[in-house]
Amino acid sequence: MPSNKSVSDAPITQFINCRILRDHCLQREDLWVRDGKILDPEKLFFDEHGYADKRVDCEDSIIAPGFIDVQINGGYGVDFSQACEDVSSGISFVAKKILEHGVTSFCPTLVTSPLDVYHKVLPQVKVHDGGAHGAGVLGFHLEGPFISVEKKGAHPEKFLRTFKSSGLGYLMETYGGLDSVAMVTLAPELDGSQSVIRDLCQKGITVSLGHSVANLSQAEEAVQHGASFITHLFNAMLPFHHRDPGIVGLLTSDQVPAGRTVYYGMIADGIHTNPAALRIAHRSHPSGLVLVTDAITAMGLPPGRHTLGQQVIEIQGLHAYVAGTKTLCGSIATMDMCVRHFKHASGCSVEEALEAASLHPAQLLGISHRKGNLDFGSDADLVLLDDTLNIKATFISGEEVWRK
Amino acid sequence: MRLVILEDYDLASEWAAKYIRNRIIQFKPSAERYFTMGLPTGSTPYGCYQKLIEYYRSGDISFKYVKTFNMDEYVGLPRGHPESYHSYMWNNFFKHIDIDPANAHVLDGNVEDLEAECQAYEQKISEAGGIELFVGGIGPDGHIAFNEPGSSLVSRTRVKTLANDTIVANARFFGNDLSKVPTMALTVGVGTVMDAKEVMILITGAHKAFALYKAIEEGVNHMWTVSAFQQHPCTNFICDEDATLELRVKTVKYFKGLMHVHNRLVDPVLSIKDQ
Repeated sequence: MPSNKSVSDAPITQFINCRILRDHCLQREDLWVRDGKILDPEKLFFDEHGYADKRVDCEDSIIAPGFIDVQINGGYGVDFSQACEDVSSGISFVAKKILEHGVTSFCPTLVTSPLDVYHKVLPQVKVHDGGAHGAGVLGFHLEGPFISVEKKGAHPEKFLRTFKSSGLGYLMETYGGLDSVAMVTLAPELDGSQSVIRDLCQKGITVSLGHSVANLSQAEEAVQHGASFITHLFNAMLPFHHRDPGIVGLLTSDQVPAGRTVYYGMIADGIHTNPAALRIAHRSHPSGLVLVTDAITAMGLPPGRHTLGQQVIEIQGLHAYVAGTKTLCGSIATMDMCVRHFKHASGCSVEEALEAASLHPAQLLGISHRKGNLDFGSDADLVLLDDTLNIKATFISGEEVWRK
Repeated sequence: MRLVILEDYDLASEWAAKYIRNRIIQFKPSAERYFTMGLPTGSTPYGCYQKLIEYYRSGDISFKYVKTFNMDEYVGLPRGHPESYHSYMWNNFFKHIDIDPANAHVLDGNVEDLEAECQAYEQKISEAGGIELFVGGIGPDGHIAFNEPGSSLVSRTRVKTLANDTIVANARFFGNDLSKVPTMALTVGVGTVMDAKEVMILITGAHKAFALYKAIEEGVNHMWTVSAFQQHPCTNFICDEDATLELRVKTVKYFKGLMHVHNRLVDPVLSIKDQ
């Protein structure tokens, strides 16, 4: 006996026999979906006298919001920073593959690149919803070129830039356009960065601090101007020092404006950060932790040599180095591996591990009113997991898009 | 009157649930002939609802051809508020069973015209053919639904201002903040419940003992509105030992002596699987 169709003709799906992540805890509740959104079954019952057209038995799985990866450079042989004629098909290819890791939305990331790469790549991809074709694109994450030469990591030095003039005009010159940009990583100690941070934030673009030698007060100033993220905490920044904690000090800074949170990306692959350091960060500021993969071209590929941006890298086991060096240049861990490793290394609860990959990135990007949670009205982007947090199935807008 | 005395809350809840189960199954409800029930809220019937859900889950009963009418609802409390009676019924009963949403009636305390809502409710009950079995509870002041002391014993569904005692008793559900407790409610009348073919009142706990005493051992009195059911042809009081603490030993002994007769109503317990 489905609904009397007084509100919508769309079919209603009821996920039963499951534990859902809601209000920060796993609850034994059914999950209802209609029109690609989470539905309030009580309203359906009393207002519409309706109920489910279809029931999906989840066999006691955990249902969590779909994972959101805000830092992923490519994978499966695709490098987003390559100036391909058809970068959008590369992004689509990866978007489809990462459904297997529970990722339902992501920010394709471009490392420091020459101007023509930005000008060619950015216009080809628009922000769009996910579906059976793959995870949704929330916008590009532009990691560079306004970063510190001392902390360039795997970024090619010759393409680093400083702010030659203020205002968005210079950014537009560099990137070509900002329409499909969700986040920019920059080094706040660069001259002129503070007004750039303000302008970007005003445009609704998330500003992240990274690849920087900023001290704590420079970082705090950036936060006061609107910066809200730290790109891969600990990596490519000054190490924590007890008299100047640097960017790491933002985790416990008292200069963060009231009501705002500083989020920080962690590559929880067991390689980029020592588990003890991961625990220190998590314990000092658990609500800000955002799991990112920082996955590179080689993610999903066998060991060997591959291309990243304008450089060559080498895979050895789970490590990816700049070829001929011991500099890490990104990880090949998948998002679900990161969630499991984070839970194991930090000893956190299942709920916390899942929220670090879903709720927190959604809050960071200011989209938690529709993504990153299973609240009524949110997009029905879901992952079904077993108790050891392996992905059993992925759903986007209530439709199954991948099953193990 | 049947006074059924069980040892504790759980046993009383189970007895009541079994009774309801047997009544529904014996009635053989169908699309042409629904089994109509009146339903209560509160902590007393919670155990009974849990058992009924268990029986549904095990496939022994179905609510497909059952129509329900809840006794009451607060006025002015948003329907989605966790303390509304709509929320109580959804979370503790409706969402777990197979009742057709169109047949689960609860008064709406948020309409413009409350009077019209009450009259429409009475109309819906009579259109459904009247109530077969009205299940209710009792307040510490002997009220049934929100028919507070002084309510007419022939009253119908209407708006009531809540007694101070009731507001204080409810404060625990509103963070002990008296200012947040609703002051008015829509309620079926004593007369409305009296019209049911059969009435079943659940009473558990020592704090209800005095009300039970007033309801069955003293006279019919509008200050203890449950006493009206002394004049109903088929009333069942289901209680635990604690609820009998204010009764005469003689009363309790008499009805305990009848338990072997009462138990035939729930043993054997029927199942739709056998039909």
